Amino acid sequence: MIKSFKKNIKGILIEGLTLSSALIIIAIVVVMFTVIVIGGKDQISWEFLTSFPEDGMTKGGIFPAIYGTALLVILMSIAAVPFGTITAIYLTEYAKESSIIAQSIRFAVRTLAVIPSIIYGLFGLGFFIKFVGTQMDNTFLGGQLKWGQPNILWASLTMSLLTLPVVIVSVEEALKTVPKELRAASLALGATKWQTIWKVVIPGSISGIMTGTILAVSRGAGEVAPILFTGVAYYVATLPGSLSDQFMVLGYHIYVMTTQSANIDKTMPIQFGTTLVLLMLTFILNFSAIILRYRIRKKKTD
Amino acid sequence: MTKKTKKKKSRPSSSVPIAIGIMDITQRKFRWSDYLAEKIIKGVAFLSIAIIILIFFFVFRESIPIFSSEKTSQATQITDTVQAQETYGEVTDKPVAEDVQETYGEVTDSTATASSTDDSYNVSSGSGVDDNRSALQSLNGKEWYPVSEKPRFGLWPLIIGTFKITIISILFAAPLAIMAALYTASFAGKRLKEIIKPTIEMLAGFPSVVIGFFALMVLATFLQEIFHYSTRLNSFVGGIAMGIAAIPIIFTITEDALTAVPKTFYEASLALGASKWQTAFFVILPAATPGIFAAVLLGIGRVFGETMIALMATGNAAQMGLNPFESVRTLAATIGAEMAEVVFGDTHYNVLFLIGSVLFIFTFIINAIAEFYVKGKLMKRIQGK
Repeated sequence: MIKSFKKNIKGILIEGLTLSSALIIIAIVVVMFTVIVIGGKDQISWEFLTSFPEDGMTKGGIFPAIYGTALLVILMSIAAVPFGTITAIYLTEYAKESSIIAQSIRFAVRTLAVIPSIIYGLFGLGFFIKFVGTQMDNTFLGGQLKWGQPNILWASLTMSLLTLPVVIVSVEEALKTVPKELRAASLALGATKWQTIWKVVIPGSISGIMTGTILAVSRGAGEVAPILFTGVAYYVATLPGSLSDQFMVLGYHIYVMTTQSANIDKTMPIQFGTTLVLLMLTFILNFSAIILRYRIRKKKTD
Repeated sequence: MTKKTKKKKSRPSSSVPIAIGIMDITQRKFRWSDYLAEKIIKGVAFLSIAIIILIFFFVFRESIPIFSSEKTSQATQITDTVQAQETYGEVTDKPVAEDVQETYGEVTDSTATASSTDDSYNVSSGSGVDDNRSALQSLNGKEWYPVSEKPRFGLWPLIIGTFKITIISILFAAPLAIMAALYTASFAGKRLKEIIKPTIEMLAGFPSVVIGFFALMVLATFLQEIFHYSTRLNSFVGGIAMGIAAIPIIFTITEDALTAVPKTFYEASLALGASKWQTAFFVILPAATPGIFAAVLLGIGRVFGETMIALMATGNAAQMGLNPFESVRTLAATIGAEMAEVVFGDTHYNVLFLIGSVLFIFTFIINAIAEFYVKGKLMKRIQGK
């Protein structure tokens, strides 16, 4: 009797301890969210979202940063989504699970996912700007400096490398939910493998490709380290018009305003406002991705 | 033997010769596009391997000049620019300016960055042989003053700072995340699970700049009020903030490892008279240790390479001390703060790439261990081989 009671106490203790850990984490999320919402909600207005910064960043809006972020993620998706999707198709449709090639590709993808983002920044600087960009200048422009410096194209490409594993993983998961019978039926009707993939497998996993894209966009919108020296600027007076322009980004805007602006207290509301905008953006994207993914998983179990 | 079976596979076992003929025709007709598609897909799939190799090559390549004493010395041509450059990052030079720390850790001055980057990128090559040699010697030193008159690139303060932060954040994040994962995997009801998991997934979606901002604005003040330390931004604040960033990674992988333990383990344990918590604690948790180990490793990898939080919340002063309430400067933050201000091809530039190579190799090894060692062990344990 006493023994079982002792057992029970231990059980309650352990269950309580683990539960409180979970609750602490949830509390952290809630507190972070609330603090930023409360701090930034008064700042958000149509004007704040659509006007340029004024008076050395102490007044005005953040439109160029929003525009730059949008442009960055669009260019990034154009590069990352097709390549990521094709890699996922190779891994699920062509490669044998146990083959060395497939395994090394998988290992490479997982390594890409854990490489620190700042390394991508270094790579973007060393490869895109210093190698590809300089070569382009030398061959096409006769040494005139245009591509061999930070710009939005190199920043987007750098970012697309970072988000490639995100796309690959989600698309792969979606491809696996397409039933084997559908593939078999298509092949039995005389379609070739490629026709089967193009007409049956890809349409069946379009929501997975969308999830991957959304997650990649959300990741790309929040990352700052890879673009620190591949194209982002503290302040540009005009919106980026060509691929060789520098641009502003929400995340970098927050970073510079909080650590390097001359008058930190004065810009406090703008800092909170910008953070809230960025947080909301990634939140909405993540939320829709979670819902989409939930639907895919449900389809799989049905 | 295998050849024979292959042949059989490609040709349907039909006894009607005409049918085979049709199959052959259709196959030949479409083989071209199919062949091409497969080759292209395969080629693209190799891209991720190629990227890894390229990253390794290019990051490493830019750091090599440090080791070679035969660097082409074009020092005379660019000395002016170098000197001009040196003034830009002057603030970094101050070892520990407490007052600067106080004001949100403004150590690197970057308002000049925008203008300075443009001319700095034009300069082709930096310092001469002597500089390189002394730089190589100073790598082992205790002082990181990259932009002073006689630059010293002692990596030890940065390495110590990085490890200090990593230890603090893992001590904070790992127990929380593992216990939360144990709760969701073994105790939580279905409803609660559906609240806990998405919330923690949401945490993974927080951009690191936002976590850094939170740490800088709120957490730093809050923790200072509790612990009454003098430097507002220090490795403790940074460590906690990075721990927050590492929690979702550790949680997700641990949870996966715990749920991957076969149900038979659970049932056998219950059948032997163990209670629910005993099963969770003495059966499921030990069975999943390799997975948990992997989770912690990947959490370490995340913290080790985290840049934005380190830049915003750690104070950014390169110091050797072991006191957790002192400002530190991590390897990744050093790259982030200084790369925009260096002269291309300069020794400082090469040293920053060397730091990058160190980070890359470290995370690569961590990932490789998590991947191969752990997977093998987990498989063995679960399958009972």
